[in-house]
Amino acid sequence: MIPLEHVIGLSAILFAIGTIGAVTRRNLIVMLMSIELMLNAANLAFVGFSRAWAGDAGQIFVLMVIVVAAAEVAVGLGIVIALFRNRESVNVEDVSLLKW
Amino acid sequence: MVNGAPQSELLRWIPLLPLAGALIHGVLLALVRRESPRSFVIAVSCGAPILAFAVTVAALVQLIGLPHDQRLLVDEVYTWVGAGRIAAEMAFLFDPLSAVMCLIVTGVGSLIHVYSIGYMDDDHRDDGGFQRFFCYLNLFTCSMLLLVLGDNLLVMFLGWEGVGLCSYLLIGFWYGDRWNAYCGMKAFVVNRIGDFGFLVGIFLLLWSLADTGPTLDFRALETAIGGIAQRTVDVPAWLPGGPHWHLTTLIGLCLFLGACGKSAQLPLYVWLPDAMAGPTPVSALIHAATMVTAGVYMVCRMSFLYAAAPGASAAIAWVGGLTALFAATIAIAQTDIKKVLAYSTVSQLGYMFLAAGCGAYSAAIFHVGTHAFFKALLFLGSGAVILAMHHEQDTDKMGGLARRLPRTHAVFLVGVLATSGFPPLSGFFSKDEILLSAYAAHGIPGHRTLWAIGVGTAALTAFYMFRLHFRTFAGECRAPDEVKQHIHEPAATVLGPLYVLAALAAFAGLAGLPQVYGDWLGIPDSNSLANFLQPVVGGSESEVGASTELRLAGLAILGAGAGALAAAWLYVWSPALPGRIAAGAGALYRLVREKYYVDEFYDAVFVRPLVAISDRLLFRGVDAALIDGVAVNGSARAVQGLAAHGLKYLHSGLTQGYLVTMVAGALAIVAWLLR
Amino acid sequence: MTAPQVLFYGFGALAVVSALSMILNVRNTVAAAMSLVVTMISLGVIYLLLDAFLVAALQIMVYAGAIVVVFLFVVMLLNLRRDAFPPERQLATKAFGVALALGVLGAFLRRMPGVLPTARDLPADFGGYRAVGRALFLEYPLAFEVTSLLLLAAIVGAVVLAKRRLD
Repeated sequence: MIPLEHVIGLSAILFAIGTIGAVTRRNLIVMLMSIELMLNAANLAFVGFSRAWAGDAGQIFVLMVIVVAAAEVAVGLGIVIALFRNRESVNVEDVSLLKW
Repeated sequence: MVNGAPQSELLRWIPLLPLAGALIHGVLLALVRRESPRSFVIAVSCGAPILAFAVTVAALVQLIGLPHDQRLLVDEVYTWVGAGRIAAEMAFLFDPLSAVMCLIVTGVGSLIHVYSIGYMDDDHRDDGGFQRFFCYLNLFTCSMLLLVLGDNLLVMFLGWEGVGLCSYLLIGFWYGDRWNAYCGMKAFVVNRIGDFGFLVGIFLLLWSLADTGPTLDFRALETAIGGIAQRTVDVPAWLPGGPHWHLTTLIGLCLFLGACGKSAQLPLYVWLPDAMAGPTPVSALIHAATMVTAGVYMVCRMSFLYAAAPGASAAIAWVGGLTALFAATIAIAQTDIKKVLAYSTVSQLGYMFLAAGCGAYSAAIFHVGTHAFFKALLFLGSGAVILAMHHEQDTDKMGGLARRLPRTHAVFLVGVLATSGFPPLSGFFSKDEILLSAYAAHGIPGHRTLWAIGVGTAALTAFYMFRLHFRTFAGECRAPDEVKQHIHEPAATVLGPLYVLAALAAFAGLAGLPQVYGDWLGIPDSNSLANFLQPVVGGSESEVGASTELRLAGLAILGAGAGALAAAWLYVWSPALPGRIAAGAGALYRLVREKYYVDEFYDAVFVRPLVAISDRLLFRGVDAALIDGVAVNGSARAVQGLAAHGLKYLHSGLTQGYLVTMVAGALAIVAWLLR
Repeated sequence: MTAPQVLFYGFGALAVVSALSMILNVRNTVAAAMSLVVTMISLGVIYLLLDAFLVAALQIMVYAGAIVVVFLFVVMLLNLRRDAFPPERQLATKAFGVALALGVLGAFLRRMPGVLPTARDLPADFGGYRAVGRALFLEYPLAFEVTSLLLLAAIVGAVVLAKRRLD
């Protein structure tokens, strides 16, 4: 029996790591990967609760999240490629024209 | 709502018919923008008041059919205001008092409408002047009828305001000339000051009746007034009557302030002479026969209040008497034919208030009626003269018209005799009744002085009326030649109403024949008008014996005769004398001719400072600088500054900064949700 | 400690370590992607331990097997080697963000024990493809259809974004 607290704690730790990665790393691709990590952490929480409450709504939602993550990665990487074509760089700080 | 009075669906048609006329013209003028054919305008606009007169007569017949002390007809149309405990119906009340007023308004009004056909025919411009005039006249008639038929103070006030508006519209009818528009504005603004008093009076009434049920219904007020008759209010000690006034006195004075504005008494009379800038039928209808008598009607309608407010009644009587004298002194030095008649109107209105203040309400209404006849006659007659003289109004340029305008001369003479109070014309009987009531009014301090003022003013009235008559009709014609050749009698539509009014001015006195003369002629209860009005306004106890009454009447006739003779001496037999007197009197003469410089005084003391405050302080200071500059523009500049110099730096363009902000924000929301 | 618990702690630790490795690896983007794969697979095993069998399978197949592969494709396509970037900007903001994340994590972990409900008994077929499939198609068909729309939009978007302009 895996205590629910530990599952949620692990989910929180992974989420925090993902956030730190998204904030700190300037490589666009690594940023996207950190976002994927955050989504996974959320999935873990869903599965944990689904197990605790013996309901399958949590796992259905996990499926939805996976679909959304897939779609998001596809479009996001499309954007990265288009940006790379224009600027020859995947540095997020190079795409800062929309400012005051 | 006081029940028990018989309903009559006729009453609502009396004001509705003129309103329909006004609406038809108004809608047509607004939509079609071209004047309708004159015959159509005449048919609608003259038909309406004539029909209203017919309905009034029908309602009168119904009224007379009722027993003497139950003469009351009511028409409740709908509930106009229902706010909490205050309810005002749109309802009409037809009792002897409003019957008399309605007859005057619709009767004299119809005559003046017919007269206007000929008078305004001159106005051949295509800007809808003819139709617009009759539209306004109909609207005025409707408002005046609302005023006199109203069942409660709110409907009366609605009519009150309506006649003020129409007065403005009609005085400034020829608004192409700015002076006319200015006169219209002056009338409206001065009326407003009075209306303020009227409104305060209404509020005080509602406030004082708040415990027992606030109402503005006349019948309900009459029964409720006893409950508040003993209440007093604290006033500043320097006011006459001590530091405590009866509440009824305060209410009466506030309402009377409204009457001062509407009926041109001191100190709010200044608009009436300038109102002569409007067309002559307007002066006749509004500023002689009907609108200016609204104040008198209001005092008589609220007679139950003034009977319980002796201080207010005394004030009314004195204001009326002093106004009568004051205006008469100004009239003796005026040269414009309409200005003389205007000051005469102010003076005669003073007489009416003198009577009302002394408690003789039926005498006041009697004088309202006779004054309507002879003053309208005089104004319309002067209109005929003005038309004949090609719109010349200065009597300096008239004279000798008796030969050229014989019919006009005749009716005008009837009017002059009636105004001066010569028997057996109507003016004698009504004025005499007023003087008698002043003589016998022991409740009014100084009433004998008031009576003397009344007699003196009567003498002055005869003087200036005959002066006007002689300067216009007697002697040699002082007009320029090209005008002299075209002087001719006016059309039949103009002369017809004049004849009717002359007959009324001559014989209407029989309606209020005092009992003294009735005994001579063997007529019991000869004062039919007083008897008719008695259930509404009460009778006035005449403690004066018959012989005293006859002596007083004789004194009044003597005074009038003296005035007429003086006028004849100065203006017929020794024409050079007035010039010498004027030169000799010098400053005094100038003071009187310039109307005691009252207008200039008001201008300097009230108008200029007010305009200065409005323009420099309120407009430039508060509105432009403070509200626009600081509040509106200033707040916009502040936000703009905040955004341009502060907030914009949040848009750094760097994604990770945005990301941190998002995370922080999301955490804040979650933290608040989990608090 | 039972076997599932041991496995859970082991794979949990592995997930954390590889996550850290992913974000701390500044030189080699491909290595970062590999670390992400390890994290995904660890999570898949943990799902198995939590009786979510279908989800575990899908995690491995879709996440580790498709999404990270796409990442690798893009890395290869763009031929990225080193992160040779100019000096960092907005350091203070980033430091604040990191501190915020860590602080909230700490607060969360401290307050968590004792607030969560206890587990209930599981039905027999819990987490299997039959149970989850039945739930998906019978109770949540709308969500299912909407996600298909979402995928369509993503496909169109990705194609439009990435295609070469024929100017």
